[in-house]
Amino acid sequence: MNNRILLAHGSGGRENQQLIQEMFVDAFRNPTLCAMDDASVLEMGTMAVSTDSFTVSPLFFPGGDIGKLAIAGTTNDVAMRGAQPQYLSAAFILEEGLELDVLRRIVASMSKELTICAATIVTGDTKVVPRGAIDKIMINTTGFGRLIKDCSVSRIEQGDHLIVSGPIAQHGSCIYAEREEIAISGLTSDCCCLWPAVKTLLDEDLSIHAMRDATRGGLSAVLNEWAQQTGHSLMVQESSVPLTQQVEGFSQMLGIDPYILACEGVFVLAVAPQDSARVIELLHQTGHNHAALIGTVTEEKRGAKTPQVILNSAYNTQRLMEFPSGEILPRIC
Amino acid sequence: MSGTELLYSALRAPDKIHSMQRIIERLCHNYQRPVRIMEVCGGHTHTIVKYGLDQLVPEQVRFVHGPGCPVCVLPQHRIDAALQLAAMPDTILVTLGDMLKIPGTQSSLQQARATGGDIRVVYSPLDALTIAQKNPEHRVIYFAIGFETTAPMTALLIEQAQQQKLANLFFHINHVLIPPAMEMILSTPECSVDAFIAPGHVSVITGSDIFTPIARRFQKPLVISGFEPMDIMASVERILHQLNHNEAKVENTYSRSVTSQGNRKAQRLMERYFEPRATFLWRGIGAIPQSALQFRTEFADIDAEVRFAEHCPAPAPESGHGCICGSILTGQAHPQECPLFAKQCTPTNPQGSCMVSNEGACSAYYKYRRDQ
Repeated sequence: MNNRILLAHGSGGRENQQLIQEMFVDAFRNPTLCAMDDASVLEMGTMAVSTDSFTVSPLFFPGGDIGKLAIAGTTNDVAMRGAQPQYLSAAFILEEGLELDVLRRIVASMSKELTICAATIVTGDTKVVPRGAIDKIMINTTGFGRLIKDCSVSRIEQGDHLIVSGPIAQHGSCIYAEREEIAISGLTSDCCCLWPAVKTLLDEDLSIHAMRDATRGGLSAVLNEWAQQTGHSLMVQESSVPLTQQVEGFSQMLGIDPYILACEGVFVLAVAPQDSARVIELLHQTGHNHAALIGTVTEEKRGAKTPQVILNSAYNTQRLMEFPSGEILPRIC
Repeated sequence: MSGTELLYSALRAPDKIHSMQRIIERLCHNYQRPVRIMEVCGGHTHTIVKYGLDQLVPEQVRFVHGPGCPVCVLPQHRIDAALQLAAMPDTILVTLGDMLKIPGTQSSLQQARATGGDIRVVYSPLDALTIAQKNPEHRVIYFAIGFETTAPMTALLIEQAQQQKLANLFFHINHVLIPPAMEMILSTPECSVDAFIAPGHVSVITGSDIFTPIARRFQKPLVISGFEPMDIMASVERILHQLNHNEAKVENTYSRSVTSQGNRKAQRLMERYFEPRATFLWRGIGAIPQSALQFRTEFADIDAEVRFAEHCPAPAPESGHGCICGSILTGQAHPQECPLFAKQCTPTNPQGSCMVSNEGACSAYYKYRRDQ
């Protein structure tokens, strides 16, 4: 193979076949994929399905890359529904001229991440678009998982404890800093597969009502959506929300609220109060060392017309946790 | 950063805040009437609302929010100029992000960009240099906004453009000055401001001495503050102390950044390129003499207002939309008193400029206090 992606790699001919075989099938090897039929046949019971497309600049960043994101992002969505991620599809849109070494690194990263959650890619697609049509590479993955425990926002109840699995806003801060070339040492994406932790939680009979990974829009988007969907207000203790010093420094410097910055390996749980201590203990045991109880689901609407997410500060003053909106901009004055 | 305590931790420590809260309570123990403290800077508004400092001080202490957001005070005809300049052929308009959403008479830069205008947002003014270098066949116009804080950055950009002999980079100067606006507010008969929390970042450049004539002339305490909760609480304490002793002077609780003389190098850089305008129209407030900067005449060749004068409309009466931005900017009304607040006027669809910028008072209240 040449050392760059050519339009010929997407033409359906020999180059196309060679790319699929040497790049993808070798890396994602499993019997279903290797059958190379037009479609794969899967045997599954009740399933959870989720799809997501990934585009990120830079492609490689501290703590991850687009390949790791493409597997973790989709399997995490499946896991959040209380399902075990098992099968994925992967579709690659490649820009003409993309270096094959770059693609190889991305594919290797996907393969490694698949091992962590014990899932396999069972079908795929490759397209090549002319130079300039996209920024290097876009990946779409769809994940299928066997439903183990029905976790859904509709099961959230008044009095539930809100738990966050780790320090928030690391991915968003890391990408922003990389793009703007702001050097803060130790600012790393939290990108990771959550299934191992979720499996440990589902293995015990705990009253976990809902889980959601705090991706785009961060913690704030998850909590505000939960407030809107359940009709309950949520009260969050600001000092309990885990933050790394790097993220805190970064968000202070730019005047950006960390609650609205994306995570890629942190999830929020609504849990019956009697089980919250055990959930936190299990999260700690599975490497989510900073998992913490951050708040509760309340009835109190404080005279508001709509349910809100209220942040209680260390000074015992209250404000809203803003719902992210528009472009994220640093302060100018 | 890891392993070391973040510098501001001590300025946020709850025990320190609470002990200052008790001192403030004692200081206004005998107050019969409210003390109205105006913070001029949008950053201060943000700190007060975000940390709920207004919930910590006794009810006699009222925070009123001033004109301290450079985007909020920009009049419509200047936005219209930006739109017209951006519509010129082969032109790239470069500005800061907050400018995008602010409504002009007909449209906004965001809408102009969506319909094909080449409008680029930069985080640092110096990024305009790269854009000009990479696009020699285009004219690049830097739409400069901000108070004394950002004016030196614009001056530095001009200096570098001149050194590099960039022939395609022009500037539309909208830098406004804080002290004349404070004097204007204090001069209005209906002004009920008792004291000022004076701007922090502006003072880093200008120095604290610039405010001495205002404190003397209007007999108002004026305390320069940083942006951490403890800075604001300490400034409130200083103000109450002055009022209790019938004093009216400039104090500086932000001495870690602000000196009496300010940043002389930055001042010289500004003076090399800019001079005060005879008058400038502030949105919602009106014309204020000597309240903004313009290019010195020898730089007319890079001054977009001169070079493309036909695309820069003259000041005109504002179309109000029924919002009360003017009263809010002068501290006579509270954001939640505006009939449009959080109804027709939201950050997604701002009617008035105070809702546009993150530093605007309406935006801060929408973000942190809506419905409360």
